[in-house]
Amino acid sequence: MQKFLYELNRSPQLQSDYAADRHAVLQPYTLTDEEVAALTEPDVGKLYVLGVNGQILMHFAALHQIEWQDYLQQMRDGVESYGPVREGVYAMTGYEGTRAHSESLGQEGGI
Amino acid sequence: MPLVYAGVCSHAPGITGRKHLADPEVSDAFYAAFDDMRSDLETSGAEAVIVIAAEHFANFFMNNMPSFAIGMADFYDGPIEDSGWLGIDKFKAPGNRDLSQRLIAEVMQTVDVAYAEEWLFDHGIAVPLHFLTPQFDLPVIPVNINCQGPPLTPLHRAWAFGEALGRAADAVPEKIAIIGTGGISHWPATPDSGRINYEWDLDFMDRWCRNDRDALLDYDDLNVYADAGQGGFEIRTFMAVSAAAGGAQGTVHFCEPIPIFAVSCTVASYDLSPQEA
Repeated sequence: MQKFLYELNRSPQLQSDYAADRHAVLQPYTLTDEEVAALTEPDVGKLYVLGVNGQILMHFAALHQIEWQDYLQQMRDGVESYGPVREGVYAMTGYEGTRAHSESLGQEGGI
Repeated sequence: MPLVYAGVCSHAPGITGRKHLADPEVSDAFYAAFDDMRSDLETSGAEAVIVIAAEHFANFFMNNMPSFAIGMADFYDGPIEDSGWLGIDKFKAPGNRDLSQRLIAEVMQTVDVAYAEEWLFDHGIAVPLHFLTPQFDLPVIPVNINCQGPPLTPLHRAWAFGEALGRAADAVPEKIAIIGTGGISHWPATPDSGRINYEWDLDFMDRWCRNDRDALLDYDDLNVYADAGQGGFEIRTFMAVSAAAGGAQGTVHFCEPIPIFAVSCTVASYDLSPQEA
């Protein structure tokens, strides 16, 4: 899943192919039905929960013209809807969400 | 010859891509600090600049991830990001393949390093260059420390790599500048983007200015993750500059949180003038 997004971010040709047929470009990759659905809808919140690194995911969001604040909100909604991040660096020590981070740091607000 | 400039700066994509959303009172002061850094870099007479970045899966991926990599090309294209999104037009930055080869050969005396004849610059290098060499008239030697995909190189190895880079700069006749780029505490591109642990940042920069090796190595990834987010792993780039600067003392020229940029925006440098015995 991340391999596809990594290659998508690097390749204007793959971006064109993805725009033309989102399912066809995923054929070479070994993906679950859930991953295919998240990549084709697209469901940024689900992709985040599935473990896509934000440094990769933010470019995918930009490709879909998703504004920055909307991108952040879609990830928050994903955690709310689908539960904690399942894999990757955000799950490494247990991603506990924005509220817990706020409390642990003793800070208010945030973007 | 000895390094002619050593400094660090932030590289967050919002610095150029979301500048219209920041409080101009703070962001303008930050941009002014970047202008001063450019002036200092030019005054140094540097003939090439080593930029130690924390690359973000633009070139290096988990299928073949080096802990350390150095570019070895005559030109580098960038930015890989959409120009409108990043606020930086497409560019071709000059490199220096011959100089890269000599630096890499010297680094390899003590640290194993990957080299790359192809390298697409992402915001980690593009944002600093946008401010520091806006005409793209200074050869760039791109350097990457994997700060994104664990397992990450231990901090003491990042330090050893920085020392090796310093020795390599000493060994070539060109005047070399070295700049580390990254965030301090930050949770970039995640639901927590915008959260900043400013107290932690100031403490880190105090250790950085004192160039206190023991204090800088007294972190581990678990407490960095807890206190400073996954973006905090990028302290490796700042620490490598500390090591390269060989005990020089530093000054923070600017360090203020700008949440829409997702980081405490920072510009700092080391005093490389000869010290009295």
